[in-house]
Amino acid sequence: MNVRKSSIWERIYLGIMFLVMYLPIGVVIAFSFNESKLPVRFTGFSLVWYEKLFADHAMMEALLNSLILGVLSCLLSAVIGTLGAVGLSRTRWRSRGLMEYISILPLMIPEIILGMVLMAFFYMLRLPFGMLTLLIGHTIFCVPYILIEVKARLEGLDPFLEEAARDMGAGPLRTFRDVTLPLVMPAVLSGSLLAFAMSMDDVVISIFINGPRLSTLPIKVYTQIKTGVTPEINALCTIMLAATVLAFAAWYLCKKLTGGKEEDEQQVD
Amino acid sequence: MKHYKKMIQPYVVWAALLIVIPLILIALYAFTEEGNEVLTLSFTWKNFAKFLESTYVNVVVKSFWLGIITTFLCLLLGYPLAFIISRFPEKTQATLILLVTIPEWINMLLRTYAWMNILADNGIINQLLDLLGMRPVNMMYTDFSVILGLVCNFMPFMIIPIHTSLSKMDKSLIEAAYDLGATPFQTFRKVIWKLSIPGVLNGIMMVFLLSVSTFVIPKLLGGGQYMLIGNLIESQFISVGDWNFGSAISLILAVIILIFMSLMKRMDKQEE
Repeated sequence: MNVRKSSIWERIYLGIMFLVMYLPIGVVIAFSFNESKLPVRFTGFSLVWYEKLFADHAMMEALLNSLILGVLSCLLSAVIGTLGAVGLSRTRWRSRGLMEYISILPLMIPEIILGMVLMAFFYMLRLPFGMLTLLIGHTIFCVPYILIEVKARLEGLDPFLEEAARDMGAGPLRTFRDVTLPLVMPAVLSGSLLAFAMSMDDVVISIFINGPRLSTLPIKVYTQIKTGVTPEINALCTIMLAATVLAFAAWYLCKKLTGGKEEDEQQVD
Repeated sequence: MKHYKKMIQPYVVWAALLIVIPLILIALYAFTEEGNEVLTLSFTWKNFAKFLESTYVNVVVKSFWLGIITTFLCLLLGYPLAFIISRFPEKTQATLILLVTIPEWINMLLRTYAWMNILADNGIINQLLDLLGMRPVNMMYTDFSVILGLVCNFMPFMIIPIHTSLSKMDKSLIEAAYDLGATPFQTFRKVIWKLSIPGVLNGIMMVFLLSVSTFVIPKLLGGGQYMLIGNLIESQFISVGDWNFGSAISLILAVIILIFMSLMKRMDKQEE
């Protein structure tokens, strides 16, 4: 396992895998600028699909709905999931094993069952289908993603760090805020990112609980694909990709800035 | 430790309301007579009998078979990738993992749709083959196209947990193995693989459960005839409208999955 010797093959493998992962995205981007409606051959550069997209009010509304939903369900889930993970991995109560099963159950259960089950549940509660049911519904898969990430991180941490903080006289809240939370923050962030991605991506659950009037972006896309896709969707995807890259860049910068601060603080201490 | 118990309360309430109660609801549906009002409480085994009578069992078998193949391919292709990534400097690792997750941000429908364009009879691959003077290959609406779609969609769920456990690993253990005279293969099998097993099990669990329950990808890449368990449940709820039979299938699927999950958990515990 000589690192230098195998390096070139490793890089080739890495390259091939990323090529396959990004090929569909490349195709979508390329065809979003295609003049022709058929996504088969590139006939010429054109921005006509972008114009059509922005003129489509229903599509813009769906996009807005999806963004609101993604952010809200992510925030709500980050709170519930992080508290749940800390509670689960730091307590030794009798029903802990059961809770752990339950905590990942939503990921074990097919989305389609979750969607149908939520629909039946909300129907039983007489909740009006719309943004509220979507928000509650999306936490069902957002929370576990965050919880798993945070829990994995907590398990790798030294529990004595928290004990040390308590021994030094920090209250439980302070220990959580100043010791545990900063330590698990990277996991909270990466879990939330994944959860946001899932929320923006979700069709199956949403389609059961969105109600007749409200449409999220994936639902809009799903109905369009079923009735034959217009390249408008490709244009939309390209914009979303650009937004994603920008969001990641912003996130990365944030992390870098706060990371720098932490180091400074350590030096001062 | 008391304060942690308080902390978990919102989570417990959430889990009870959104996971436990709705699941009880499903069981009620599965065991009750037709009709979308569950609370009639007229119990029956009819829904399960219907499942055994027909060819629905084949659908389940096919779903599990596809799930296993997909998971295996994801592990086979994803493990080396995670391993390679974990050997880069930490900053590069973060970037590479970011690159792995970015495709997940693109709507799954769109990625699947893009694959349709690539694989179609007059799609990109066949056009390339045509340019090279080769015969076109039929790839759409086959097991191949479905498996390809599943593997590409769910690969990040295998790579990320494996990478997490590989990057957490103490690198000096590998050096120690070498110093003690282990061959690269021995080092991998006895040290690296062993330490990465929690990640592998996590990945297997995620990919298998996602692929066994999918219904959008087989619908788009496999065509309307392609029946997997997800499609079966969907058709029962949306087109047929038999919520009770749909619930019974769901319940069977859920039980099989729970068994699979506890097996995985046991393996994880054994490793520890």
